[in-house]
Parts: sequence; C-alpha cells; structure tokens
Amino acid sequence: MSLALLVVQVLNGLQMGLLLFLIAAGLTLVFGVMDFVNLAHGVQYMIGAYLAAMFVAWTGSFWLGLALTLPTALAFGLLLEFVVFRRLYERDHLDQMLASFGLILFLNQAVKLIWGAEPLSVPMPDILSGGVRLMPGLLYPVYRLALIGVGLTMALGLHLLINHTRIGMLIRAGATNGDMVSALGVNIRRLFMIVFGFGAMLAGLAGALVAPILSVEPGMGDNLLILTFVVIVIGGVGSIRGAFLGALMVGLIDTLGRAFGTQMLRMALSPAAASQTGRSLAPMLIYILMAAVLFFRPSGLFPVKR
Amino acid sequence: MKTPAAIIFFALALVPLAAIYGPASYILNLGAHALIFALAALSLDFILGKGAMPSFGHAAFLGIGAYAVVIAASAGVDEILWQFAFASGAALVFALVTSSISLRARGVYYIMSTLAFGQMLYFLAVSLSAYGGDDGVTLASRSTLWGGPALRNDTIFYYVCLAALVLAYGLLETISASPFGRVLGALRQNPTRVEALGYRPFGYRLVATLISGAVAAVAGVLLANQSEFVSPAFMTWQRSGELLIMVILGGIGSLWGAILGAVGFVLVEELLSTVTEQWKLILGPLLILAAMAGRRGHA
Amino acid sequence: MNLNLVRLAAAAALSLAPFGVMAEEKVKVGLIATLSGPAAVIGGQIRDGFNLAVKTLGGKLGGLDVEVTVADDEQKPDVAVTKVKGLLDRDHVDFVVGPVFSNVLQAIYKPVTESSAFLISPNAGTSNFAGKACNANFFVTSYQNDQVHEVLGKYAQDKGYKSVLLMAPNYQAGKDALAGFKRYFKGEVLDELYTPLGQLDFSAELAKIAAAKPEAFFTFMPGGMGVNLVKQYRQAGLGDIPFLSAFTTDEATLPAQKDDAVGFLGGANWAPDMDNPQSKAFVKAYEAAYGSVPGTYAMQAYDAAMLIDGALKGAGGKLADHDAVRTALKKADFTSLRGKFKFGPNHYPIQDFYLVKAAKRADGKYETEIVQKVFNDYADPYAKDCALN
Repeated sequence: MSLALLVVQVLNGLQMGLLLFLIAAGLTLVFGVMDFVNLAHGVQYMIGAYLAAMFVAWTGSFWLGLALTLPTALAFGLLLEFVVFRRLYERDHLDQMLASFGLILFLNQAVKLIWGAEPLSVPMPDILSGGVRLMPGLLYPVYRLALIGVGLTMALGLHLLINHTRIGMLIRAGATNGDMVSALGVNIRRLFMIVFGFGAMLAGLAGALVAPILSVEPGMGDNLLILTFVVIVIGGVGSIRGAFLGALMVGLIDTLGRAFGTQMLRMALSPAAASQTGRSLAPMLIYILMAAVLFFRPSGLFPVKR
Repeated sequence: MKTPAAIIFFALALVPLAAIYGPASYILNLGAHALIFALAALSLDFILGKGAMPSFGHAAFLGIGAYAVVIAASAGVDEILWQFAFASGAALVFALVTSSISLRARGVYYIMSTLAFGQMLYFLAVSLSAYGGDDGVTLASRSTLWGGPALRNDTIFYYVCLAALVLAYGLLETISASPFGRVLGALRQNPTRVEALGYRPFGYRLVATLISGAVAAVAGVLLANQSEFVSPAFMTWQRSGELLIMVILGGIGSLWGAILGAVGFVLVEELLSTVTEQWKLILGPLLILAAMAGRRGHA
Repeated sequence: MNLNLVRLAAAAALSLAPFGVMAEEKVKVGLIATLSGPAAVIGGQIRDGFNLAVKTLGGKLGGLDVEVTVADDEQKPDVAVTKVKGLLDRDHVDFVVGPVFSNVLQAIYKPVTESSAFLISPNAGTSNFAGKACNANFFVTSYQNDQVHEVLGKYAQDKGYKSVLLMAPNYQAGKDALAGFKRYFKGEVLDELYTPLGQLDFSAELAKIAAAKPEAFFTFMPGGMGVNLVKQYRQAGLGDIPFLSAFTTDEATLPAQKDDAVGFLGGANWAPDMDNPQSKAFVKAYEAAYGSVPGTYAMQAYDAAMLIDGALKGAGGKLADHDAVRTALKKADFTSLRGKFKFGPNHYPIQDFYLVKAAKRADGKYETEIVQKVFNDYADPYAKDCALN
C-alpha cells in the first residue's frame, strides 16, 4: 500500500463526506429549526438530479443547466412546503413521517412516469472532465476535486451565514426556541419557508452536482436518505457544525473501511476469513459508528441545547 | 376486549367463509399475509403507542422469526411451537443487546439507533451464504403443528394466524391495563414526572421492547410459513418503515388500530396494484391525506 | 306465438351465451416481473418482449386467444408469492412467465410448480433448479446464471491474461458470478472485491484496481450499479485495462452509459445484430413499438411466448392435457430468435454463447454486437444432478 493510494482514498472519503454534508445541512436545519421530520429530503436530491439531466440536455451546457436547476429546485421545494408540509408543522413527528413517506412513493413513481425507468446520465462539463495523475495507473477526476472545493466553500459559506448574519441568528434562535422567536415578533412562518426552501435547494444542488458521476434513476435518494439521517444523528440535530463533522466521519470511515478493511483484517485472520468478514462488515461500519457515537453521546456530537 | 377489536376479529374470522365462494387459496393467503403484518404492527404499536418508542428497525424481529424457522428446520426441528419459542428467545437476546444503546437515546436518536441495528442484521443476513444470502431459502414445507401437517391446509393456517393475533392482542391489552402498563403510559406522557416519582424508565422500556420483539418474532415465524420462503428482504428498512406507516395509519395507541391499519394497508396495496401499474401515484397522496386528516398534535 | 314464451326463450338463449363463448378456449398467461424500483427497466423489457410476440402472432398463442395478466413483484419475494397465488387462484392462469430476479424465483417456484400451471422463466436461472431441485413443470428460456460468466472466464483464459481482478456485489448472484468466471479462468486472481449491494460510488475500489494493475478486469454489476461503475471506470482513466463483464453493459444500461461503455466486452446468448431473419424483424419491430433497443431480457421473453405458441400447437391446442403440453414444451418446437434452441434434460437451454461488445450504432443508439462465438451447444454443469430424464 503506497502513500499515493492512501492519499487517493482519503480524497475519496472527503468527497463522499462533503457531498453528504450538502444534503445533510438542509435536513438538519429543517429538523433543527422546524422540528420537522422530512423523509422526502432524499427525493428532493433526486429531483435536483433529474432537473439537471433535463436542463443540461435542453441547453447543451452543463453550467446553464446547473444555473437553471437551482431556482427550479428551490421553487419545487417551496411548492412542496406550500401544498403539503405547511399543514403539518404543528403535528406529531409521526404524521410528518407518514406524509413525507407518501411523498416519496408519489415522487419516485412520478419521476419514472415523466422520465422513464432507465437511468439517465449527464455529461461532465468540458473544463472539469480531465484527470490528475495522483498515482500511477489512476486518473483522479478533476470533477471530484472540484466537488471537494464546492463542498468546502459551501461549508464555509453556511458557517458564515449561520453565525455571522441576522438570518443565521434567527435560524439558530429558532432551533433553540421557536416559540420565543415568534413571540419576539419574527414572522416564524416566513422563516420556516426560507429554511425549508433553502434546504430543498441544497439537496437539489447536491443531486445536480452528483449527476455527472452517478447515474440518475428513480429511487436514487432512498438509500442516501438513510445515510443523511445517520450523519445528522451523529452530528447532532440542528447543528451545521455537527453535520459537517458527522458527514466527514461517515465519508472517511465508509471509504477507508472499504478500501483497507480487508487488508487490515488479514493481519489477524486468514485471507478467506478476512475477506468474508470484511465484506460482511463493510456496509455495517457507518451504523456501528453511529451506535458507538450514540453510546457515548446519546444526543450526537454537537447537540443544539434547547 | 374493547368493542372495535371484537368487531374486527369477528370480521376477520368470517373471511374463510367468503373464501369458499372465490379463489380460496389466493384469499386465504392474502388474508394470512395481512394477519401476520397485523401481528407485527400490533407489537410495534405496543412500544410506539403505549411507550412512545418509534422503532425504525422492527422488521428485524420479523426477520429473526423467519430465519429461526430456517435454522430450526435445518437442525431437524419442524414443530412450530418449538420454533415460536426459539424465535422469541432469539428476539429477546437481540432486543436486550440493542436496547442497551437504543434506549439511552430519545426522539430521532432513538429512531435512528433502531434503524442502525435493523440494517446491521439485514447486511448480516445478506452475507450469510449458508442460508442463501440475498437469494433466500425455500422451505421444504410448512412447519408441523403438534407433530401434524395441519398447517399445510390454508384455512387452518389462516385461523392459526388469527388465533395468534387475538392472543397477542389480549396479552398486550392486559399488560397495558396492568400497573406495569400504566407506568409505561405515564412515561410516554411525562417522563420527568415519572422519574420524580421514583420509577426508573429504562427497565420499563426495556421490558416493553422485549415483549414487543418476541411478539414480532412470532409473526416472523408465521411469515416464513405463509410464503414458505425466507430472505433478507423481510428486514429492509423500507419494511420497518411500512410497519410504522401501518401503525400510524391505524391510529397510534389503541392496539386494535394497528391491526386495522395493517390489514388496510396490505389490502389497499394488493388491490391497487392489480388495478394499475402506477398504483404508487395513488397510494402516496392517500397517505399524505391521511396524515393531514389526523388530529394528533405534538405529543 | 305467445310473446312471453319468446321472451323466455330469448332470455334462456342469452343466459347460455357466455357458456357458448367459453367453449372457445383462451390461454391465460400471468406475467410476473419487477416493474417498480430501479430494476423496473428489466421488468419492462420482459413485459414488452412478451407482448410484442403475442401481437406478432395476432393476439393468439397456439391458435388460441391469449389473455395476459401482468403483475409487479416490486422485487419483494413475499409480495411475489401473493401475486402469483392471485394469478393461479383467481385468474386461473395456464402459464406463469417470469420473474426477473433469482430470489423472487426461489419464492414462487413451489407455488407454481405445485399447481397445474407451467412456470417459464425468461431471466432468472438459478443453479439449484437446474440440478437437484429441478421440476418437470419448470422451463427456462434464458440460461443458467453461471454460464454467462463462464463465457468471460473462457475468453480471458484463451486470450492469455495472466492476472485479473474480479468485482461483484456481495450477494448470492455476485458470488455465483465470480465462481463461474473462475471455473474457466486458471490464471492469477489478484483480488476479489465484493461491494455492498446497491453501492453506487466505486472510487475506493477503482483506486484499488489501479494499484493492483491487473491485465484484465472482470465484473458483474447489474443495473444502476453497472451504469455508475462504467462511467467512473472511464473517468478514472482505467480504460486501458480490458473491462470484461456480464449484465453490466447491456441494453438496459447502455442508454445511460453511452460512449463510456463502447468497446467493453460482455457475454451473452444473443445480440441485436444477430444475423438471422427473425431476429432482425424482432429488433425492428421492438424499436418501432417501444423506442429502445431490445436486450436479451426482451429476446428471452419473446422466445418464451414463441415456446408456448409452439407447444400449444404441438399439443393440438388441448390446454387441459397437461402431459401433452409438457411433452410439447420439452420439444421446444419453435423458431428461436437465437437461431437454434433446445432444452437439456433439466429444461434449461442448450445454446451458443458469444463474446459481445458494446457499440454505438450509426443512428446514435447503443447496442451490443457479437464479436465471436465462445461456446457451442453449451449445456449447464448442473444438469447431471437433475433427476428428470
């Protein structure tokens, strides 16, 4: 195992983590500020990917397609908020889960009806389609490096937004005590709408960004939804900082586990046993991580104190 | 027994009579399938409705019960009564181990913790090639009842499932009305006050989880027998989600509501999908409307 | 004439009319496939291929009118059992055609074979049902799952690759795939990577492949997983390492993979460019009706319909004479899109297998094309364990 391979795998883990962060950030805000369990966050990611596929195909340009996707994803998120979620703010978490589950069923099927069941692909933008030879025999796609860059920029931007702006202050206050914020005269409904729309847009952006490297297909958000919840639980619901760290942890542990797990097990077990154990453990790693975090910190790493 | 429950059980008992006039095997099988999920949903409602513990990993117990049948059969034990015992025992162990972590967490942290353990069990089952891995295992035949092949008869099997459901309902209803059940209910309404009164919540929640898990494992044994096939597909997180949906639809806390929700969900799913391929387009909005029509506020 | 008598007679005649219609027998087929979820594309091909055959035959199979009922198993084995029991019990189907997935096949095998209907699989072909657990009422128009992987194993061996790296998802079909490849490939296997089922981002595994530097890479990565693997393989610059695969670059995934898959090799029992008149007509009709290039899934479903057609004709249209229909099914007296086709004693096909290559057609669509024949009249290795003879 060479240093170059290790560097590549760490980059892989970072990239996965940052992508997860983009999706988790929106979800943790919605959950933290609005106390709303939105299972449909995964389909918002999927819608972003499908919109990107559609706009890029129409305009022939990745950048134009991306530019069109963002406001559309935002508008779609606001539409969902208006039609479905607005009526459920006062409700039990379980009713919110029921409604968002129904939304998942409906949108997964609708997407199949509109765009077909076959996976779609989005071509990579030309300037980003090269590769960097980080190790012999492997080209690390420039696009993935760009994703890491975008992820880090968004993280910084969100940090500044949450901690150094008025709206960020309102969001933090809303997460700590929504009723008090409302009592202080802030239009809490408008705040919710903004948070929800923003969260939907972030998820849609993640979907659009990921489209050139992953296939766009119905149900692509479902497994990611579970991962996202794992991230925000590890990080602590309502905390952007927690989502960032949680996402990086999940990304790195999952990737490095898959990359080096079997090799490390071979130090203790026979090759066949190591291989068998490695494969069985690999998908479980992030859940074991979450269970371990919850064991020591039952409210996540950075719980928002209410 | 509460009146709505009695009405439901009476109606369910009449189904095999209706089956005489139609495709018997299909109706009895669909009916048994619904009853089995009703049993699982009932067990979930016990911890969710009575104990405010929304487990997102409850399908794991279904899987434990189903695989208990496979493991017992491969060891030569075909008798369903022994399989019930074995499945319940395995469920108790699993619930004990996982609750030590899950029950320390509240709210969404609890939900995700139960999900994590459900996922771990699922991936374990997928990687076990001894039991078919992802392909699953076909059972040679249904389990024996008191040594005899009675369960192979679809009507008898249906009534066995119904009997299990009625017994479980009676058991859980009795427990809910007992002092233990009342502490559990109080914990749901105001944990701080209950602790102030000197009760330790962990013990009560743990016992409730153990009971719930054992009942769900019994449902798993019946599920293995109904489809005569076992696979990890019984324990996906989507299944756990469906169980939650069934309980929520039926009305949390009444126990008989969970039965209604489960039977309704299974029937609607089956009937809608025979009508159109786009049935999810219809079911989705139905669930949304059901959620909006509910009256539960912040519990 | 007494008007009431006339009315009575008319009523009696009308009430007997349905019985009159029923005297003209219909053959009922229940199609069970995965039509929702990510694998819906494959289920769709099976449904469309079968329906196209029925349409081509004028809505009749074996001269009898056909009624096709389509059921979606949602890729859930226990749901499939309920649906199949509905097809058998409520709809009284004579044939169950399907499913897509091996685990669904495991679940529905007993209910169908123990009924009076015949089970014809146009895709899943597990080893147990080819061997020890074979059944007289079960027929497969696709292949035994291992065979396609063996095509690539033999090709790699013949080509003289000294080292390969293998990858498959960590489930039964994945393990069978790598086992099938290794049955013929005797060189060095540098590593066997098993990825979690459903994993879509292979960057970690691709880095491992680059580090290991194998002479060739073999994978079984169906559906969305394959779409992603191929794209990312190219992006990682690994295109110089020959990419051999099964069910990874086929007509279900090529529309998404596009240029990235061109040149990659696969194994199959047919390709859309196969040179015989019935195949060419089929491809043209399928594309005209459904707008996409048919893959082996659609082809095998089409052949399943033709198999039923030939068998019913051979049995003289006597649906109720199950022994006659069974014997006729065994004979496989129909013109397969593959050219020649016959069943082994375990009712799995004995057929030719080819190395195929993903290519872009002149009209911009993508398809697989035959490169060379790898196996001639190839029977599966499990047939000897089957007691049917």
